[in-house]
Amino acid sequence: MSAEAPLLVVKDLSVSFCGDEGLVRAVGGVSFSVERREIVGVVGESGSGKSQTLLAIMGLINSPNAIVSGSIRFMGQELVGLNRRALDAIRGRQIAMIFQDPMSALTPVHTIGNQIGEQVRAHEKASARAARARAVQLLDAVGIANPGRVVDAYPHQLSGGMRQRAVIAMALSCNPALLVADEPTTALDVTVQAQILDLIGRLRDEFGSAVILVTHDLGVVAEVADRVLVMYGGRFVEEGGKTSVFRAPLHPYTWGLFGSIPPIDGARPARLAAIPGAPPSLSNLPKGCAFGPRCAYRHEACLTLPPPMEGNEHRAACVLPEARRREINIRTTAGVEMRS
Amino acid sequence: MLAALGFRLGQMVLVMFGISVVAFLIFFATPGADPSARIAGRNASQETLAQVRHDFGLDRPLPVQYGLMMDRLFVSRDLTSFVNRGQLVVPTVASAIPVTLSLVGGAAVLWVLGGLVVGVIAGATRGTFIDRALMILSLVGVSVPVFWLGEVANLLTQSRWHDTWLFSWVPPLGYIALTEDPWGWFKALIIPWITLATLYVGLYGRVLRASLIEMMQEDFIRTARAKGIGERRVLLHHGLRTSLVAFVTMFGLDFGALVGGGALLTEVVFGLQGVGKLTYEALQTLDLPMILATVIYAAFFVVLANFVVDIAFAIIDPRARDVR
Repeated sequence: MSAEAPLLVVKDLSVSFCGDEGLVRAVGGVSFSVERREIVGVVGESGSGKSQTLLAIMGLINSPNAIVSGSIRFMGQELVGLNRRALDAIRGRQIAMIFQDPMSALTPVHTIGNQIGEQVRAHEKASARAARARAVQLLDAVGIANPGRVVDAYPHQLSGGMRQRAVIAMALSCNPALLVADEPTTALDVTVQAQILDLIGRLRDEFGSAVILVTHDLGVVAEVADRVLVMYGGRFVEEGGKTSVFRAPLHPYTWGLFGSIPPIDGARPARLAAIPGAPPSLSNLPKGCAFGPRCAYRHEACLTLPPPMEGNEHRAACVLPEARRREINIRTTAGVEMRS
Repeated sequence: MLAALGFRLGQMVLVMFGISVVAFLIFFATPGADPSARIAGRNASQETLAQVRHDFGLDRPLPVQYGLMMDRLFVSRDLTSFVNRGQLVVPTVASAIPVTLSLVGGAAVLWVLGGLVVGVIAGATRGTFIDRALMILSLVGVSVPVFWLGEVANLLTQSRWHDTWLFSWVPPLGYIALTEDPWGWFKALIIPWITLATLYVGLYGRVLRASLIEMMQEDFIRTARAKGIGERRVLLHHGLRTSLVAFVTMFGLDFGALVGGGALLTEVVFGLQGVGKLTYEALQTLDLPMILATVIYAAFFVVLANFVVDIAFAIIDPRARDVR
């Protein structure tokens, strides 16, 4: 890790919604940081709070029923509670977002060029002509074959992969220091997925951006991430360098995640291992460890308080002693090779 | 694009033809609606009936009758009224058109502007006091009958308060041609415009608000916000722009129907000799040529309005361009 201050420091971030079932805590006090030029992968199943964390960073949670608390410091500036004008000066320019569904993420009635140009002109003094030229250049940079034609196309005239590239081009238009990507490849074909991931990996090299990549696909994380955060029930349960987490995961939930990936070689298992039970309802989280009810190794201590994250570089939130967990892990995952 | 336009024009002509046939059949060939009996008057003898039938060409086969009628309506334009002998139908309708167009056109400007303002403000301030007040006002506007509103406006501006500073400028009821006196035209029509537009401002404001609120939930609005453009631009350039589809569809249909005679009540209340009033009077006396002319004229405007809406669609929604 570099000596300079991290680009983004999130402390005790919570996102709650007042609903019919009372207060629902989608994100329950998460803390993490992102260094410059670092790619952080956030994994977890649907409803674990990954997307809400990203939206909170972007200041895009504007439901009147939502409460965002905690601290998000970006380049030293506090983003939680920032007014709209100051927020607009940062997002799109310093922090940009790539959305999950390219099919609905673009306004249907404006051309791709207009939508990219709009962002450029919101943050820089540029003529319409210059903004258009910039859009063509960006579309070319994200690997669109004929940017001169695509710049004047409407979203419905492009394929899903092309649209996602256009969304990425838009996110890159002001060379953001931080790019947050919410499942950018989920809606795409596998071949296009690989190209998009390649592109995200290149962003850091060419544009110097840090990336937070949210996904539920461990393969995607293995492909591009430097560091991995595992999220469950609105909290992080494990955090560490990619190699370390993939080689020796420390949390029973992460074991379950890896266990549910089919092995590439060796005997094909009759059934893939699945984590028993269902993810907890966010309106009714267990008092102790959120994963407790589904965990094969739970005992008394798991049910009272959520365990804190413990460890240094590679941390996990589990009450079992780390040595004991390493021992169990070696036993259960013997034979499962790291995929990357 | 040109081919599509030509195709639509051809469709329009076909629809017009169909409507003229149906209108003709309804009025001239429905059993029991013998037009010659109408013309000859009550208790006319068989000889008189036969004479009338022959004079008006009603003893000839239907297709020939239809052809004759269309010829006299569109080519020689010498079709005369059955009721006021000698009154030419086509010039009568033609002289009513500017009145109706002035009334509906002016009201349309008011209601489009009003609807946009009400819809956007209510949509942007959703759930607040302003939103609720605007929605209650528009509900009142939608509910007030146009003839009642018109009569009240007349009562106040022509009688009760006419001699005060407030309404002394209001001219007597009736139409003043734009070409003769533009300022007089405006003064004579401003109150009818407001009366006619009230209902539509309420209606369009409510529809636009609903459509805008729906659009503002879409993913692309989130993308737009993430770009760091101000909320006003998000609302107008992304939200409103995509909400206009419903608005334009409604406008085309309403405008066509009103120009086609739907502004009848307003015309009657304000003594404007427009197409609606003409149709109304022709129906009362069962003046068949006049009815036929006004029905075909109305159909023409409804079809034309639909055509214009289709073109407007292609302009505001690029997805509609490629579907044809």
